[in-house]
Amino acid sequence: MLRNTMTLLLGLCVLMSAAACDRQTPDVVYIPKNTGNPYFDAVTSGFQRAARETGVSFQMLGPAQAGAITQLPMLKDQVQRGVKVIAISPNSPDALNTAIDDARARGVKVITVDADLTGNEDRRDAAVLQVDFDLVGPHLLELLGKHIDYEGEFAILSATTDAPNQRHWIGGLLRALADNPRYARMKHLETAYGDDNDQKSLTQCEALLTKYPSLRGIISPTTVGVAACAQAVKSAGVYPGGPTARGKGVVVVGLGMPSAMRGYIKDGIVPAVALWDPANMGHVAGHLAAGLINGTIKPAVGTSFDVPGLGPREFREKMIVIAGPLLEFNKENVDQYRF
Amino acid sequence: MHGSHTTASPQGPPPLANTRDTLLLDSVPEIIAAALLAAAVVSAWVLMPSFGDIGYLADKSTVYVESGLMVLAMTLIIVAGHIDLSCASTLGLVGTLIAFCHVRLGIPLETMLVLAVPLGAALGAINGAAVAGLGLPSLVVTLATMALYRGVAQVLIGDHSLSLPQWFVGIDRITVAGTPLRLPLLVLLAAAIVLGLLLHRTVLGRWIVAMGTNSEAARYSGVPVGGVTFLLFVLSGAVSALGAVLMLSRLSVARYDHGAGLELSVVTAVVLGGASIYGGRGTIFGSMLAMLLVAVVQTGMGLGGIREDNQVTAIGALLVVAVIMSNLTSRLRR
Repeated sequence: MLRNTMTLLLGLCVLMSAAACDRQTPDVVYIPKNTGNPYFDAVTSGFQRAARETGVSFQMLGPAQAGAITQLPMLKDQVQRGVKVIAISPNSPDALNTAIDDARARGVKVITVDADLTGNEDRRDAAVLQVDFDLVGPHLLELLGKHIDYEGEFAILSATTDAPNQRHWIGGLLRALADNPRYARMKHLETAYGDDNDQKSLTQCEALLTKYPSLRGIISPTTVGVAACAQAVKSAGVYPGGPTARGKGVVVVGLGMPSAMRGYIKDGIVPAVALWDPANMGHVAGHLAAGLINGTIKPAVGTSFDVPGLGPREFREKMIVIAGPLLEFNKENVDQYRF
Repeated sequence: MHGSHTTASPQGPPPLANTRDTLLLDSVPEIIAAALLAAAVVSAWVLMPSFGDIGYLADKSTVYVESGLMVLAMTLIIVAGHIDLSCASTLGLVGTLIAFCHVRLGIPLETMLVLAVPLGAALGAINGAAVAGLGLPSLVVTLATMALYRGVAQVLIGDHSLSLPQWFVGIDRITVAGTPLRLPLLVLLAAAIVLGLLLHRTVLGRWIVAMGTNSEAARYSGVPVGGVTFLLFVLSGAVSALGAVLMLSRLSVARYDHGAGLELSVVTAVVLGGASIYGGRGTIFGSMLAMLLVAVVQTGMGLGGIREDNQVTAIGALLVVAVIMSNLTSRLRR
């Protein structure tokens, strides 16, 4: 009995010693929404690159599960550990309020990455966000226009009716359609909603194909939706050059992850999708963090700092830094991206 | 097992040990938990320079108080031979209801705070009625209400956060009588003492153990099995509601997914603390030690920069080892 207990205690000590190997406190810690997610792995790779370029030490630590408060104990531990900058992709815009206030009261700089503390912007030092959201809608419209010679009827497959980003992007898209004479021969028929659910998105897209035989294009500004649309036009064989395509076929474009869309793009089902490169966000945020530590960057609206290979990045209103740009993934370049 | 399925034994389990040896053997799971806790504290203290900061530990303790409360009720339920998987969903739903009624319906927050515990008790009563009244297995019933209560919370407020007024926020910052200890920890300690006395020093507590040891035998010996079962689930709901109030004050916002997944950490702590998952054995002291052990290991590893997936692995390993050890010792006893 006693021997068993001793073995157990020894085991626990070994366990804790393993922790001690990592005792060196890093300067910068990045807390993603969850770990094991290729998107945040790409963000982390950007941070690592910035750490190599600037010489600050960096560590990624995230919750295994994305949840509004799973990041809270980590935030507390990292502050106590003595890190200088915490970069976080918050799972909630407000559930971390008090923990972030505590961190900053103890002199830790807090920057948000990929998602912001909307409505609580004054609680963090700066935010590094994907792209200029005003440009997403017009960009997607142009992407479709380019591939259908700016002529024909199209539909939109969105996520949920009240998703703020979706409404913002589709609103911008429809304004560009109405205002820019280049799109005068393009017509928007309907916006369908797939709730970012694979099966519902697929069904909604199939319904669009049945309902509008003259359809020339579908724009889906959601990664789930655009993959479902690609699946739908592939199964129906109505993609440009497909076996049952009427006329020139249905062109699908949207916001898509290269990893999910690679097959469709290389097979010619989908000409191209667009998305930001998450690694850019990590890269910009990593340089911002290093600049905050070295004192070379003092966040002020209108000032900017330089990111090697990307150029200057400006602090916009509410101390938001746009990592950008929106990238286009097509047959030529889709193999270069890992997320 | 601790005589859990030994109805044929003429002596039955000895409720009161007379010799020191039996006492010691009876407390083996608690001794294991205490030894592990001591080892964890010493290791963390030695290896992590920033661990030994009372102010920080007091602050970090507030993260675990809500789970701690649920651990107390869960100990009673598991000792009685049942399980309540809906406790964390009850916490989520009560928190959601408080915020929903206050923010969306304009009911004064004070009213909702008074109603919180009765609300939680009512949710627990639904479980209790299904288990005690209809005789359904508690695992199935509470698995269903776990999904149901979380679902209702999500229907009510969706993916939004509802903010609570400033006067209500920050119970986790109130220190007690000049010490760094925070008020929620005191609430947990008080609850532990009350429920500890209830389980170990009252007739009701002896009934609970008897039910968990052999429900049929308990019934024939005159234990009101159905009534006690119902009461335990009501208690679990009420305690979860108290946790909901503490959590809302700590986080300043209500969300439908508050406490999601905590039910498993709670069951883990109870089992790690030496309660038998078959019922009939378990102590409040052991469960609290185990809860503290999990908190110390997680905090130590967090300060050491260990990723959470590896922390989960470590807790899992602890649990396996503790369960094997208490099984070995209970075999020794035979």
